[in-house]
Order: sequence, then C-alpha cells, then structure tokens
Amino acid sequence: MNKLIRFLPLVLVLALGVVLYRGLSLNPQDMPSALVGKAMPEFSLQTLNDPDRTVTKADLKGDIVLLNVWATWCPTCKYEHPYLVDIAKDPQLKLYGLNYKDERRGALQWLAKYEDPYVFSIYDDTGSLGLDLGVFGAPETFVIDHHGIIRKRYAGAIETRVWRSEFKPLIAQIIAERKEGK
Amino acid sequence: MTKAKFIINVLSFSLVIFCFAMVLNSANASPIETYQFKDDVTKVRFQALTKELRCPKCQNQNLADSNSPISVDLRRELYGLLQEGKADSEIVNFMVERYGEFVLYRPRVSSVTYILWFGPALLMFIGLIVVIMIVRRKSEPEEERALTTQQKEKLKHLLKDK
Repeated sequence: MNKLIRFLPLVLVLALGVVLYRGLSLNPQDMPSALVGKAMPEFSLQTLNDPDRTVTKADLKGDIVLLNVWATWCPTCKYEHPYLVDIAKDPQLKLYGLNYKDERRGALQWLAKYEDPYVFSIYDDTGSLGLDLGVFGAPETFVIDHHGIIRKRYAGAIETRVWRSEFKPLIAQIIAERKEGK
Repeated sequence: MTKAKFIINVLSFSLVIFCFAMVLNSANASPIETYQFKDDVTKVRFQALTKELRCPKCQNQNLADSNSPISVDLRRELYGLLQEGKADSEIVNFMVERYGEFVLYRPRVSSVTYILWFGPALLMFIGLIVVIMIVRRKSEPEEERALTTQQKEKLKHLLKDK
C-alpha cells in the first residue's frame, strides 16, 4: 500500500500531462454557439442590392438555409468564396448572405467582381443582427432547418474538407428528419 | 571618441528609442469612447460589467480591455441597455443568450461548473488530510527513540570512565 502511494504523484503528473497534451490540439475558436437549437432571431433589415427592400426572417425561405456571414474587410471570406459558389449550386440548399459591418458600395463591387452565390444578402452595417446571432467575426456560417431552428454555427472558412466533415452529415440528417415528417 | 563618450552616446540613443516606443504605445493603449451616463451609479455599473464580460473574439481580454470591433459593439450595446434601465442580471442574460456562458469571466454555479467552483476547496481539503496524516505518523515513534534505563546506565558508565 505504502509503495503504491509513492507512485501516486507520478500517476497524477502523467494524467495532467495527457490532459494538457490534448489541449494543444484543440481549437480555442471552436466554440459552441449559444443559439444552436434555438429559433433564428427576428430581424428587419435592408438587402444589400436594394436599400428599398426590407427583409425579415420570413424571407429566408428554403428547407435548409445556409446563412453566411461575410464582409469585404475579411480576407478569409475571399478564400472561402469559390467554395460558396460551388455550394450554392446544390438544389437542396438555399444560401443567403449576411453582409456584416461593411460598406454597401464595396460589397456590391465584390459581388460583381467575383460572383454572387447568395439568393440575397442582408445588409447589416451596424452588426445588429450579427449581435443577435452571437457573431464575433467573419466568416461564419449558420445552418437553419425547415422549422427555422439554428442547427449549427461554424466559425471559419468553408472549404472542401470542412464541408464534407462538418456540414454534409448534418444536412443529410435534416433531410432524413424531414422525410420522416419531423 | 573616448570610451565614456561612446557609452553616453549609446545610452542617450536608447533613451530616445525608449521614449519613442512609449509614445507609440500610449497612442493605442486603451479604447477611446466617450459615453455620457445618466448618473454615477450607471457609470460604475458600466465599468464593472465591462470588466466581468469577456470579449468573444480576443479570448483573454475583457470588454474594457479590448479594441476589437466586436468589443466596441458590445460596449455600445451594454451602454444602450444600461441607459434603458435594464438590471445587471438582465444584461448578463442578454449576453449569455447570444454568446454563451463563455462571455462570463465569473461563470455561474451549475453542474458544469461545480468542478471550477468547488475543485480548489476539495484539493485544499485533501491536502489538509494528507498533512494531518503525515504529522500524526511522525509524532508516534518519538517515545521509542528515548533511551531505556539500561542504556542510560551504560551511558553514565561510559562517561564516567573518561
């Protein structure tokens, strides 16, 4: 018994080492959103293209809605842009943009220059909807299901690997749920 | 150039560099915003809340410390909520609903945070028990170390010889 106790500190240190070692490979930006499982918050904002057109939550139509937070000041948004163009081609999804704390002119130029993958972009120059969504940077992408419930928040760029591992399974799951009539 | 002169030159040059660095640093040291509060209590509450709430983007800074755009927004929001007359608990709930428990530098007591709140006390308690055990075990054999009567006799005998 006494001999075993002698090894206790060693065991504790090893256990601590394992815990800390695991911490090295964790991404501190990868935080669960407080809104997962909750309804999309209400809003009433202009669209990017047309200052006279006001959109609300009801305008985000589609069984599976992707809401992509983007801005021209965000270099990573430029990186993920071609992937979004690809994703928008999927008929099962509807991709909407949330132009976050940006300038209208520059944002329109950006869409003209690259390509506009969005059904429309919400123009949120003050970041008010962004605040209600708990957005703290760009890009971020939300998945909203057919009941208007936020199912996922992904902070960071979407690219092929991320799309396959983070989004594909969830989308398949939502489609399955809908077929079952949930 | 003599050695002394050279040293003085080097020193004054470093002093200039140092002062320059200080000026540059102080230029972006803290966020500059001016808010007019309706009373002093609100001001104190604002200061307290910006210290307790964490910036979601820059994870080791509170709202008062951070210059990031999201912190500027959250400070503005906080100011608005305070001016509306919202209670501290309502404001904290507002933030937690959007950014999660993460924004609280002082996490709430819940089943998830029990280990944070009571872990240190538990470790202290375990440490105390270990210390008591060690102290008790050591004090026991003290009596055995004293000399027996026979040994004392022998010692006296040996000392007398000298």
